[in-house]
Amino acid sequence: MTAYLAQDPRLEDFGHDPWWLILIKIVVAFAFGMGLTVLGVWFERRVVARMAVRPGPNQVGPFGLLQTLIDGVKGMLKEDVLPRTADKVVFFFAPTVSAIMALTALSVIPFGPLVSIFGHRTALQVTDVPVAVLIVLACSSLGIYGIVLGGWASGSTYPLLGGLRSTAQMISYEVAMGLSIVAVFMTAGTMSTSGIVASQAGGSKFASIGGFDLYVPGWYGLLLIPSFLIFLVSAFGETNRAPFDLPEAESELVAGYMTEYSSIKFLLYMLSEYVAMVSMSSIMVTLFLGGWRAPWPITLWSGANSGWWPLLWFLGKVVLLLFVFVWVRATLPRLRYDQFMRLGWKVLLPLNLAWIVLLAGVKVFQGSELTSRNRWLIVAGVVVAALLVALLWPSRKAQPTPSLEEQVAARPAGSFPLPPMDLVVPPSPRARRAVAERQPANVGGTETSNDSDETRKEV
Amino acid sequence: MSLSAYVPIIALFALAAAFALFSVGVSQIVGPKRYNRAKLEAYECGIEPSPQPVGGGRFPIKFYLTAMLFIIFDIEIIFLYPWAVTFDALGLFGFVEMILFITTVFIAYAYVWRRGGLEWD
Repeated sequence: MTAYLAQDPRLEDFGHDPWWLILIKIVVAFAFGMGLTVLGVWFERRVVARMAVRPGPNQVGPFGLLQTLIDGVKGMLKEDVLPRTADKVVFFFAPTVSAIMALTALSVIPFGPLVSIFGHRTALQVTDVPVAVLIVLACSSLGIYGIVLGGWASGSTYPLLGGLRSTAQMISYEVAMGLSIVAVFMTAGTMSTSGIVASQAGGSKFASIGGFDLYVPGWYGLLLIPSFLIFLVSAFGETNRAPFDLPEAESELVAGYMTEYSSIKFLLYMLSEYVAMVSMSSIMVTLFLGGWRAPWPITLWSGANSGWWPLLWFLGKVVLLLFVFVWVRATLPRLRYDQFMRLGWKVLLPLNLAWIVLLAGVKVFQGSELTSRNRWLIVAGVVVAALLVALLWPSRKAQPTPSLEEQVAARPAGSFPLPPMDLVVPPSPRARRAVAERQPANVGGTETSNDSDETRKEV
Repeated sequence: MSLSAYVPIIALFALAAAFALFSVGVSQIVGPKRYNRAKLEAYECGIEPSPQPVGGGRFPIKFYLTAMLFIIFDIEIIFLYPWAVTFDALGLFGFVEMILFITTVFIAYAYVWRRGGLEWD
């Protein structure tokens, strides 16, 4: 393991790059975001098409690969409509806010270990700072401004509602997302992305069969699986992706905050959604799936985690997660808004808090500073606390439904008049006539009403 | 560790900003401009657009409530982060302190739930 750890960048390794290296790195990170976006749109359309037994875009370029580029050029050549009711300045700048923030989040993603570029030893990562994960969260929060401002500046009903909805959705799921990372910080002991990748390096050996050592990977996606699942769900909510794509629920809000946008501004919103998807996948790989480190069977080859190879493993994991995004979109129907908010506030949030407390408790319990007497005291305390909570949990008493007379009597004076409650509606003349005409068919039997068996035989 | 590690973030921000503003600017030049009064109206599925008061219309108070709840919990998260990072160093003391803190926030959460602050109907 020490041989690999020499490849690991540490926080002190960042901040010494010459300006040309910074320039190369940011251009490559930018190209990574844009390239994966362009390919991702094509990928999504193809995969969704395959899942619906359609061919998907296959005309422009080999396998339709250039479809997205052509769509971009076409969008650029369209008229940029500025609605009469719009707030001109905000309307102009809102889409750029979304796109800029989505792209900036890529600045702290670790793509690989230390390599040598033109004789300069540097990490395959634009930069790393002690609060790197906070920067990703901040970027995704600031991206919300683009959406709410765009919806507000359109001066139209649907975009306003779409923008508000989208904002409420994103901030709700940001709470869930922020809480789910706490467990990762607790285990890794750092907030820097390269540090989190390094802390997932060591797997624990659980078996050795015929000279082969089997390792349990140290990925937090396995160790902290509740955090990973919550993060995955909130990533869908945070990027406005199906099944949580409520801001663009076509059946209710036309296109949500994008309704009034056209031409390149519309494309910028689409772009920022896909770049956000790419950066969410990247951060998920970094936090939970071991970052650029090779998955298990490849690690048997000793050179897997050094040099430029990790770029490939990283890209593979990101594409895998992008496929999950597309797969979910093709599989699940859209949620209703109240169901969606209930999931975020009433399920994910308490689950998250309980999981953090549980994990912290287990970690402290395993720590060595406790005597056995104190341990038993803690166990007893937890049991007592759980019993107290169970005893004092406020239960909602089911109100007995009042009878009809009580309900009528409870109405305030001056209410509108009620029809008689025991009203029996007489059958309509037509129905009576129809019954009368049918009568002769049964007349043959002497007792028509009671003895149905005999009647049927005779008929 | 110096502030120079933050420079590339600003550089990437600048690159992204240049790209976004450039593409918005170019489309102003290369796109056609054909005036049509109906095109500039707010889109409302073909009916006459409902008039919007200056500075945006009214919208449900629920959104404000959600924003306020978000601030409460976001601040809780911000307090949890430093604790989580230094968890091993703080040990039992930090754990007990954080349990007390989470309990206080949880009481507020239970209150909001009971008062129907999390309902969407």
